[in-house]
Amino acid sequence: MKKLLEELTQTSGISGEEKEIRALIRKEIEPYADEITVDVMGNLIARKGKKKVGGKRLMISAHMDEIGLMASHIDERGFVYVAAIGGVSPLTCFGARVRFTNGTEGVIYAETSKMEKVPTIAQLFIDVGATSAEDCPVKVGDTAVFVRPFLDLGNRMVSKAMDDRIGCLVAIETLKSIKKSPNEIYFVFSTQEEVGIRGARTSAYAIDPEVGIAVDVTLSADTPHGDQGNPVLGGGPCIKVRDGSLIAHPKVIAAMKKAGKNAGVETQMEVLRFAGTDAGAIQLVRSGVPAGCLSIACRYVHSPSEMVDLKDVKDAILLLTDLASKPIELSLDGIEG
Amino acid sequence: MAKKANQSIKLPLIDQEALSLLEKLSNAVGVSGSEGEIRTIIKQELESCSDQISVDTLGNLIAVRHATVKNAPRVMIAAHMDEVGFMLVDKDEDGIFKFQKVGGIDDRALAGKAVQVGKNHAPGVIGACPVHLSTPAEREVIMKSDSLRIDTGPGSKDLEVGDYGSFATKFHQLGSSLCGKALDNRIGVATLIQLFKNAPDSIELIAAFTVQEEVGLRGAETSAFNLMPDFAFVIDCTPANDQQAWDKSENTLYRTRLGHGPAIYTQDSRTLYDRRLIKFVTGLAQEHGIKVQLRQPASGGTDAGAIHLTQHGIPTLSISVPGRYAHTAAMVIRKSDWEDYLQLMTIVLQNINSEILTEERP
Repeated sequence: MKKLLEELTQTSGISGEEKEIRALIRKEIEPYADEITVDVMGNLIARKGKKKVGGKRLMISAHMDEIGLMASHIDERGFVYVAAIGGVSPLTCFGARVRFTNGTEGVIYAETSKMEKVPTIAQLFIDVGATSAEDCPVKVGDTAVFVRPFLDLGNRMVSKAMDDRIGCLVAIETLKSIKKSPNEIYFVFSTQEEVGIRGARTSAYAIDPEVGIAVDVTLSADTPHGDQGNPVLGGGPCIKVRDGSLIAHPKVIAAMKKAGKNAGVETQMEVLRFAGTDAGAIQLVRSGVPAGCLSIACRYVHSPSEMVDLKDVKDAILLLTDLASKPIELSLDGIEG
Repeated sequence: MAKKANQSIKLPLIDQEALSLLEKLSNAVGVSGSEGEIRTIIKQELESCSDQISVDTLGNLIAVRHATVKNAPRVMIAAHMDEVGFMLVDKDEDGIFKFQKVGGIDDRALAGKAVQVGKNHAPGVIGACPVHLSTPAEREVIMKSDSLRIDTGPGSKDLEVGDYGSFATKFHQLGSSLCGKALDNRIGVATLIQLFKNAPDSIELIAAFTVQEEVGLRGAETSAFNLMPDFAFVIDCTPANDQQAWDKSENTLYRTRLGHGPAIYTQDSRTLYDRRLIKFVTGLAQEHGIKVQLRQPASGGTDAGAIHLTQHGIPTLSISVPGRYAHTAAMVIRKSDWEDYLQLMTIVLQNINSEILTEERP
């Protein structure tokens, strides 16, 4: 599993250009899916099973895009100025290395001697070893992702793009482990989540699911001066109650709790005051979809070194497999307030 | 660069007729939510050459020209009709009105500007305390729109709260540049009218003149849902901030540059543009020797933001004419950019085909 995670995280897939990561995931899931399609937005959609009595159309979405940079100007000395694609913090950029889609690598810096506060993205430049605009191999509009090798720390694993290749891994392994289910399950490896939850929206429209579940990372709070008590790495997969884009459907929460019990795994409840996941878009398509999110606690989100715990990942796969393999009860009867 | 002779396509030029149409469109008033005047002009222009022409619930004008071949791609081109402006919100005595901005206008671009308000375009001016009577400290502070008033002079009885206003600049030429109010996006409207009149038979062309773009891409959202084309192009006017910096340092944040041709979008706040279409359009431009530029990736948005996420998704590209001083009383565009733009879009429509989508999105 670690080997697959290493491959998933090290493969490029900036928002809007997910071709490489899509090809890798496709190869991995092809033997296990009944039907695979790619839509207009580049979402990879794998169907498993047909709806049977008591079953539902279930959409499980993990976004395959990652944050990165896009060249906005090449100056006369060959330095590349950039715009952010997704939530890139300039703080994590100093000395970081990037690789453009055409293979060119470079280092990010800014004129720190003139700097009194954290620079904006527009003040950063990438040095790709060029000496003029003419000999610079990068052109305006070219995109780049961060370069940072996969680090195996035993129970903990670190890489760029753990957000959300860890969700992709959970979805892939769940797809592999489902033996029998009354549900018609659509595994969506979605695009453009980091720039505004876009791929999930159009794919959910096409699938028209009866239940939607996103699998994504959430910010852990267990660093030295973390600002909230929950969640923690190793505390089990997180059942999201709300974030900036979603108040999870109570019955989806209940189904996750039940699946956690069935699978014998510890879970933690998650409340995030901001941010959003694919579930935020899924819940609002057409006439509305009951939606929730299973999260993996992650440290240093949106830095080139995002850390997750192996046990959380394994338990998330067990939970999601149980959930997807059984009928899902959605009636709000008996739920008060 | 010499333009390559092409036997099949006669490339249009910006002639006096085109300029007159743009002048008429620029001088007409159509602030978001009140696009009737613009709609009327477009209807007059297109009624005789449309197979279908209709106005939807929000006020979008949709004109369709059918293809003469079977299974032709359905191509939507959207150009928003609305412009930024004002709305009267409170009436004082003597024709003095409190107002709010409609769409994004910088407060610094308001004081002292001539405006026109109400259905009859009553002249007015945005008044402010003169330099003689203000203190140095006051002059350091930007005058906010809610502290300014529109002065229409006494006797303007037919004006009431809720009436719209716009800048009153008349269209004129500045050398080889063109200057006017609302060139964002009457330049797109004028271009779409021309493209529609000369549409090729190989596609079903759906011209969507949209409403309320400046207040949140609203008309585009409903029209795209209804039309669901195979492709969408959004033609608009995009800001250029291309003058040299005061200290002569290299300008790295110009967005687009006048005289560098139509600006093709790669990314903005609302959209990551379909690279299959970017490749298709830049390839055609190169082949035909038409100058194009890639707009710098940055914030902002066009109707594409709403269109590309419609239903299960629509492959969409925005291409704009670069313009200086956007959303002020006087926007400036270059005539040569407009001509390149019209020619590029003409070639795009002649060549577009469904094969572009057989390759998966990168």
